[in-house]
Amino acid sequence: MGENLLEIKNLRATVEGKEILKGINLKVNKGEIHVIMGPNGAGKSTLANVIMGDPTYEITGGEITFQGESINELEVDKRARKGIFLSFQYPEEIPGISVENFLRTAKAAVTGEEQGIFQFRKLLLEKMAMLDMKEEYAGRYLNHGFSGGEKKKNEILQMAMLEPVLAILDETDSGLDIDAIRIVTEGIRKIASEENSFLIITHYNRILDYLDADYVHILMYGRIVKSGDISLAKEIEESGFIALEEVRNG
Amino acid sequence: MAKVKQDIQEPDRLVFDLKQDIDYRNKTWKGLSVELIEEISRKKQEPDWMREIRLRSLEIYKSKPMPQWGPDLSDLDVNEIITYIDPDFKKQNSWDEVPEEIKEIFTALGIPKAEQESLAGVGAQFDSEIVYQNMRNELAKQGVIYMDMETALQEYEDIIREHFMKLVPPEDHKFAALHGAVWSGGSFVYVPEGVQVDIPLQSYFRLNAPGAGQFEHTLIIVEKGASLQFIEGCSAPKYSVNNLHAGCVELYVREGARLRYSTIENWSKNMYNLNTKRVLVEKDGLIEWISGSFGSRVSMLYPMSILKGEGARAEFTGISFASKNQTLDTGAKILHAAPGTTSTINSRSIAKDGGKVFYRGLVKVLPEAVNSKASVSCESLMLDSQSRSDTVPVIDIRNDQVDFGHEAKVGRISEEAIYYLMSRGISEEEARALIVRGFVEPIAKEFPLEYAVELNNLLKIELEGTIG
Ligand SMILES: Nc1ncnc2c1ncn2[C@@H]1O[C@H](COP(=O)(O)OP(=O)(O)OP(=O)(O)O)[C@@H](O)[C@H]1O
Ligand SMILES: [Mg+2]
Repeated sequence: MGENLLEIKNLRATVEGKEILKGINLKVNKGEIHVIMGPNGAGKSTLANVIMGDPTYEITGGEITFQGESINELEVDKRARKGIFLSFQYPEEIPGISVENFLRTAKAAVTGEEQGIFQFRKLLLEKMAMLDMKEEYAGRYLNHGFSGGEKKKNEILQMAMLEPVLAILDETDSGLDIDAIRIVTEGIRKIASEENSFLIITHYNRILDYLDADYVHILMYGRIVKSGDISLAKEIEESGFIALEEVRNG
Repeated sequence: MAKVKQDIQEPDRLVFDLKQDIDYRNKTWKGLSVELIEEISRKKQEPDWMREIRLRSLEIYKSKPMPQWGPDLSDLDVNEIITYIDPDFKKQNSWDEVPEEIKEIFTALGIPKAEQESLAGVGAQFDSEIVYQNMRNELAKQGVIYMDMETALQEYEDIIREHFMKLVPPEDHKFAALHGAVWSGGSFVYVPEGVQVDIPLQSYFRLNAPGAGQFEHTLIIVEKGASLQFIEGCSAPKYSVNNLHAGCVELYVREGARLRYSTIENWSKNMYNLNTKRVLVEKDGLIEWISGSFGSRVSMLYPMSILKGEGARAEFTGISFASKNQTLDTGAKILHAAPGTTSTINSRSIAKDGGKVFYRGLVKVLPEAVNSKASVSCESLMLDSQSRSDTVPVIDIRNDQVDFGHEAKVGRISEEAIYYLMSRGISEEEARALIVRGFVEPIAKEFPLEYAVELNNLLKIELEGTIG
């Protein structure tokens, strides 16, 4: 077991006065792959965004510790520079900025080092090839007019370029076709190492066929109601979340 | 060489002579009199008809009310608006009195000291004579005429007389009338039939004549099948102790000719920029307006294209950026007056720190302009909740055989977009800048190369919020 990377203790968060996260506890060590499943509206994306630092949500209790330091008060960009990455469920479209220019700016920000145009381009094309993305996407405006699946691939491209320590993938597999899921998960496997960790939010088992997940957590009603190994995901697939209903008031 | 030097020196020498000859100390704006106008005309050795235009304009100016629409002009101090009737002008206009913010922008734009002083209208003149001389020789070989308006009036009186204030008559509005009465300086360009001018011409005269930049008159004629790119001024803020700019631009694009007219207005932020620009486009001619408005306290600027000949085309591309205490009321007017004419308006406006940007435009298609096409796209972006923006695109189509497209968007910078960029390590400030740059990008790429870098620098300066 690697050393601890992320620790969430009794985390509570609200949006517009409504409590969504009601005491989340989660521990992620280096080198681990965690999966979070749960019904629609359970609070999975909320958790992902609160870890990333989305100012829309207010933390009303508990603590998020990353690499041994509390990050509750840390701005989004500083979290990213510490190595936290979120692959968004619904990536934003930013017209007028090319994927390449955006990523070069981001890479420079995250690494704190200027990115030479040619060197950067070489790296970008390598990663795009790995993800089976056409070169022309580098010149297109960021997510602008991208199909659902293309946006998801582009998120993984960003992850591959920015080399985070903690990558949170929020339903990255939703909207990807079968081949794309394979390509993306192969990409994740190549990136995964003893030094980084993944938190994968998904509704489907398919992605788990390609990845060796260490833990599966079930998030319902703002809490992690059950944790286990990969067999828990199979269980859910067969009997749904209804079987776990009784925890609602527990 | 001597001759060229004279071309350039003439306008401001006249201006200074004038200042020394007459004591205007007691002449207030209201005192803008027939005698004064006659004196100006006499000093400039103008023909009678020009003096008549000035005097007629003065009458019209006096009889016209201030515009009753658009931005608030009530603070405009009409007593101080003419450079060369203020006897203290020279004293006030020292480098030390140029505001720090202007100096900082000069420096940030990488403009050399000598040029800075010239742009600020003080000290040594920027020595553009050699550049100008070379350009002139090159152009002269092709029969192109390029000179300041005063000289042109002496040397090409007939051409000037036929066109001067014919497109923008003094009756048009109060400030057109004021311009007609007191105009001084500006450029004259004539491109003969079939001649393609490859290098973009830049208006040097403005740099060289302090005070003449306030009411300058630009007249450009591009003859049949000829083409020209003209770049007005430069992106450096033009500092002036005066607070009114009422220039006038008249452009004639003849059959099958093309003209690209680019401007970045970056007046200092005490300036009322009430500029009038108009073009007449004949059969199959093309006018392209490229317009960037950054400076000034108030701008009212709506370049108008009259598509007079069949198949004439107009394209307008504009960016306006208003910051604190600025109201930029800009847009474009198109008059489709012949069949098969085409126009495209593409405008992006940005407001921050309580600035106000308004897009105000008009597309009018006359009954005879059948089979015409017009499209208007105006978008604006507000960077914070104090800023304001609106679009007033007036459309008046008088026949039913017109293909018309219209898109107007007013929006605030998206917090989600900022969050998205920040989640990739980009700072909030840079995220905002990226979004703004992305917003103007489709337009910025239309700007001439000469402006691309300057536009970028200007955006950077405006967005960093360090100045102004
Ligand atoms: N910005 C917001 N404003 C209002 N309500 C919100 C906001 N974000 C989340 N919510 C609400 O919080 C709850 C949890 O939403 P969240 O997006 O975290 O669910 P999820 O588990 O990711 O669901 P899904 O599987 O559908 O993606 C939902 O009821 C949602 O409507
Ligand atoms: Mg979700």
